[in-house]
Amino acid sequence: MSDGPAQSPWQTVTISRIEKRTPRVTSFFLEPSRPFAHRAGQHVDVRLTAPDGYQARRSYSIASAPEAGETIELAIERLDDGEVSPFFHDIAAVGDEVELRGPLGGHFIWSDSDGGPLLLVGGGSGVVPLMAMIRHRAARESAVTAALVFSARIWDEVIFRDELIDFHDRRDGFDLVLTLTREPAQRPTDYSRRVDAAVIEQSMVRLPAPPRFAFVCGSNAFVSAAAQALIDAGVPAGLIRTERYGV
Amino acid sequence: MVTRGFSSGRKPPTDADARIPPGQYLEQGFPVLSAGPTPHVRAEEWSFTLKHGPRPIKKWNWTEFNALPLTRMTRDIHCVTAWTKFDTAWQGVLVDDILADAGIEPLSPFTLALSFDGYTTNVPTKDLTAGKAMVALLYEGKPITPDHGGPARLLVPHLYFWKSAKWLNGLQFTERDEPGFWELRGYHIYGDPWREQRYTGDP
Repeated sequence: MSDGPAQSPWQTVTISRIEKRTPRVTSFFLEPSRPFAHRAGQHVDVRLTAPDGYQARRSYSIASAPEAGETIELAIERLDDGEVSPFFHDIAAVGDEVELRGPLGGHFIWSDSDGGPLLLVGGGSGVVPLMAMIRHRAARESAVTAALVFSARIWDEVIFRDELIDFHDRRDGFDLVLTLTREPAQRPTDYSRRVDAAVIEQSMVRLPAPPRFAFVCGSNAFVSAAAQALIDAGVPAGLIRTERYGV
Repeated sequence: MVTRGFSSGRKPPTDADARIPPGQYLEQGFPVLSAGPTPHVRAEEWSFTLKHGPRPIKKWNWTEFNALPLTRMTRDIHCVTAWTKFDTAWQGVLVDDILADAGIEPLSPFTLALSFDGYTTNVPTKDLTAGKAMVALLYEGKPITPDHGGPARLLVPHLYFWKSAKWLNGLQFTERDEPGFWELRGYHIYGDPWREQRYTGDP
């Protein structure tokens, strides 16, 4: 299942819309110049070039569903000591062009046809590739049941909060479980602590059967702890796919 | 294509820049990347098997493996996710010394690295021998942590770091260049950082 990036070398994309998601995360909507089709969970490489020829490239997960058409949504967190994310947050404007390569990645991906149930665990901006899966599921009116356990520091840092709660409220087999690490829970079914085995166990109860796929994404420390929590909650290690960022 | 408003803010090129392959940036930390949860392999349950195709040639337990000659290797490493880390200091057993202990010369032009978690990655055998690669047991003088592939990982520093398989438990000679885990999922069959061989089809 090679993704054939040879067929997708660098291309120029245009920023068509910028939408602030949380104080530190902003979505950039990119219009490709060549046909672009991705699978939920994939990422792209973005490349910036300075006048002196210096280039910086970073990988960003795609937040948009494959069904969203050609527009690629990247939800980028501002890293203060970063090189590329500060450019997006401080300088990039609608109409600007950047270079993009992808879609990339053939492991951290899910399609409706893969089936479920689906257990998704995200920390902070680690929710982005999971959001593509959740949106894909909704767009397909999928019968696959899914639970998202999403850890954020505070309520206002819950990326895609309103959209996720809307999906949850449809009662069509998608459950949202929020865990806030620095604020009290705001909804009766949410938690005010870090993801642990008990949170995972209680979230899995909402699924009609044990998960067939488990995806965990976030910082390295988050993924280490969350993947261990899944294992402690009885999810076989071989089912768990992880994606990590940061040091 | 120059990106409007983007400037590196970097100083003019220095000697260090010549050590950074194209498209990479210098990282001071040590990021962790893996496809699944971190396996916690205890040294007592660790073993390493040298295989020719499906046939085991020799197997070492932790004590036996640690009795092999230990070599120090300090190298720059390059991850396909674009970070480069200078001067990482490892100690371990050169692949040459493993083959010598098994009493064999390389048996085929290709090798598949095998890991406890089922991960695999392919490397031409000549990229593992002649002092180029080792099975690392120590990082900066200490046992390698599980996150970084402990108790033992492959170290092939001149290729992108996904080739340096974590939680290594064997090397398998193969007659053909058989794509491993990431190579089947869109990554380059060889992975030379200096030629930017990141993804399938890169020259």
